[in-house]
Amino acid sequence: MSSVVSNYSLPAPQGSPGLWTLAWRRLLGDRVGLVCLAIVATYLAMMLASYAGLVARDWNKEKGVSYANPAFLAGAENLEAREVTNRDFASKAKPVDLSDIDPLAPRYKEWEERAAKIAVTEVKRSETLPFGGDKWGRDVLEKAVKGSEVSIFVGLTAALFATMIGTILGAMAGYWGGKVNDFLEWFYNIFTSIPYILLILAFAAVFKRGLDTIIVILALTGWTGIYRLVRAEYIKHCGREYVKAAQAIGASHLSRMFVHILPNASHVILVQLSQHVVSFIKAEVILSFLGLGVPVDMVSWGTMLAEAQNELVIGKWWQLFAAGASMAILVTAFSMLTDSLRDALDPKLK
Amino acid sequence: MTNEQTLLQVRDLRVSFRLDKHNTFEAVKGISFDVPTHRIVALVGESGSGKSVSAMSILGLLPENAGIPAASQVLYGGEDLLKAPEARLRDIRGKDISVIFQEPMTSLNPVFPVGEQIGEVLRLHMGMTPKAAAARAVELLAEVGIPEPQLRARSFPHELSGGQQQRVMIAMAIACEPKLLIADEPTTALDVTIQKQILDLLAKLQEKHHMSVLFITHDLGVVGEIADHVVVMQNGLVQEQGPVRDIFERPQHPYTKALLECRPRLDRRPMRLPVIDDFMKGTGAANYAERPRGVKEGDAAILEVKNLNKTFFLKEGLFGKRAVPAVKDVNFRLAKGKTLGLVGESGSGKTTVGLTLMRLHDATGGEVLFEGRDLLALSDREMMAYRRRIQIIFQNPYASLNPRFTVGNILTEPMKIHGIGKDQKERVEMAFHLLSRVGLPESAFYKYPHEFSGGQRQRIAIARCLTMKPDVLICDESVSALDVSVQAQVLNLLQDLQDEYGLSYIFISHDLAVVKYISDEIMVMNQGEIVEIANADEIYLNPRQEYTRKLLASIPKGWDATRAAA
Repeated sequence: MSSVVSNYSLPAPQGSPGLWTLAWRRLLGDRVGLVCLAIVATYLAMMLASYAGLVARDWNKEKGVSYANPAFLAGAENLEAREVTNRDFASKAKPVDLSDIDPLAPRYKEWEERAAKIAVTEVKRSETLPFGGDKWGRDVLEKAVKGSEVSIFVGLTAALFATMIGTILGAMAGYWGGKVNDFLEWFYNIFTSIPYILLILAFAAVFKRGLDTIIVILALTGWTGIYRLVRAEYIKHCGREYVKAAQAIGASHLSRMFVHILPNASHVILVQLSQHVVSFIKAEVILSFLGLGVPVDMVSWGTMLAEAQNELVIGKWWQLFAAGASMAILVTAFSMLTDSLRDALDPKLK
Repeated sequence: MTNEQTLLQVRDLRVSFRLDKHNTFEAVKGISFDVPTHRIVALVGESGSGKSVSAMSILGLLPENAGIPAASQVLYGGEDLLKAPEARLRDIRGKDISVIFQEPMTSLNPVFPVGEQIGEVLRLHMGMTPKAAAARAVELLAEVGIPEPQLRARSFPHELSGGQQQRVMIAMAIACEPKLLIADEPTTALDVTIQKQILDLLAKLQEKHHMSVLFITHDLGVVGEIADHVVVMQNGLVQEQGPVRDIFERPQHPYTKALLECRPRLDRRPMRLPVIDDFMKGTGAANYAERPRGVKEGDAAILEVKNLNKTFFLKEGLFGKRAVPAVKDVNFRLAKGKTLGLVGESGSGKTTVGLTLMRLHDATGGEVLFEGRDLLALSDREMMAYRRRIQIIFQNPYASLNPRFTVGNILTEPMKIHGIGKDQKERVEMAFHLLSRVGLPESAFYKYPHEFSGGQRQRIAIARCLTMKPDVLICDESVSALDVSVQAQVLNLLQDLQDEYGLSYIFISHDLAVVKYISDEIMVMNQGEIVEIANADEIYLNPRQEYTRKLLASIPKGWDATRAAA
């Protein structure tokens, strides 16, 4: 094969080596974008680690006293914990000597000896946990880590699916127009005329309870807004000369729709994606709160928030804070990242 | 000239724009000129010459990131406008100095009737009562030649034509009897017949109101018609200034000479158009020999169009449709290796003809015979083979290239679609070859369209068409958006390609001088119908139809000695 030597030497690539390389290079120059990328990556890593059982495996263990104080509030009074210990203490108090009248009294000694043989390792419940505990004394921080697994997974996957549905339908309606558009518009109108929560409840009632169900529900109900925006973008771009030019060189419909127009509408889709990740994480909260969300043996930020409602009344704010802050940080970082990504992907902005 | 007073003095004006933390771009590099009273001064230059920036800095209408050093001065009646406070400028704007912009549609507020918009100026600056302002607005509309001004005052901008909108803008600008009118390319977006009317109107109003006009344009033809004084700008510097007669008859600077020569002329047709470089490098004119043009009886036809019809349907009401015929019974034949020019005003259906030929629009009726086969009757699959052979170059090079594709993608895509070249490597080599053929460096392959200027982008579009080795090339206003000097280069390129590959062109344009230069045969369209088809020279020498005569009469004549005598 070495005989095939072209005497035409290709000049070294300069300027713009490719959309993704270029986008990455631009993202590297964007400090805010990089910080956000790091945060999101940390969250994803945390989620994977927890899925693999590397962290927060024993989130379900009751390590602390009930509503254990956070480590930095060690001295604070914990009425609930004291109440519980008092109860335990009361139950363990030495019984009054009733051996005179107790027919079983002679056997107590024997029993005590036998009981001593069985090693009872009583876990010493700690007074404080790094970020406090919940009602059963579980570590809130570990719960938040474990909860990220469900929340991020649900938010990301559902948003991806919803964006996909919305983009494909929107592209079809906007590109083809006419009958296709009429039909999809009709469908969209019917779909959006049903109250959102009712729709979610209807879907939830039909499917069985589980993580996959939540994703399906959110994806099937969340595509409408994206559909409208993508459709509008496609209508706008279809009239542009570069699309006409693509038609003139003989590019197929599919190529025009997804190779030519899609990259030019990607900024809208990206922003929508990020907004939907955010809103779906919140929607999972609502679903869990309504009892249609994740099963009881799992934890998500949503279930944590639902629990936190009652705790807040008795002044135990840390569970709410842990779940809320994890969510807020991720959501902010994620939407800022998509903003940077949008800028980085636009070859016109330098 | 000696005893005339000076209204406005621009002294050592420098404007620079902050691009980011470290970079600034100097758009205007120290220019000085005067605007005398009761005179029209033309500021001429190509895009990027800084002419608009200079004019806008007079009124402080520059964007936030612009910076002007303290040494620069714009003296208006002894007052330096560059240092005047914002309140004072607001007072001057619209009253003493007013502006007309290029795009009348975007300069008028779409949600207010035009009469009200004119009235607003009067109420603000002249302190008129609403009633008096409304009455004066109607008078002004009559003055700028709008028919039925009483009725039109209540119209919304979109109900007026482009020419009428520009007239409204002028009415607004002269409402307060300004001493200086700044007109920023006021006729560039208009058809040639409308342009003529607007220029006449401006000249008349200038005379009547004793205004001075600062007329910004890229078109020396227009300058020759209207200006008293010319300032030629290039790259932020004044290259030459003087009375219009000197500039046209004894241009000193090579750039001025080049600008005058680059534009195709009606009376000459050189083999190649001169370009700026010829003059700047002093190599002089390349090849001034006349190029013979025309189509003879026996020339073979490559494309024959019979009874082409295209009707658009507009929705009316809930179920109604209204037919709008855009192309009516068009017949013509395109001779092999020749150029057919297609001229007409906007809305005449010339672009629709081009798009329908390529089946980018579905024709309502008729035949397009390409080598004897009717393209309109082919199935999509059969059409693919012919797609390659008829190609189109669009007007706007900024819109016709996909901004997310590199030039390499743009060039190799059509080859992939049509199976040209046996592998990617060969296609890339062909793309490199074509890039150098259209005069672009090979590094262009890896860049994005926005990194190029308008002329370069149009070259990329041409290279894209050439990848498919077409037989027929439709140029839809392909040079209209370009500067004169760039236009000359692209026209030369098109001509070279025709000489080299024997391409046949359908050249659609509203610019009659360009069409005359490039075409063998010319077809005049009006309202969807063909008015006249004839050989290029013949149509200019003895137009047979009234419409053709009208069109020819509105071409800016540039400078001629008769005007000097007047």
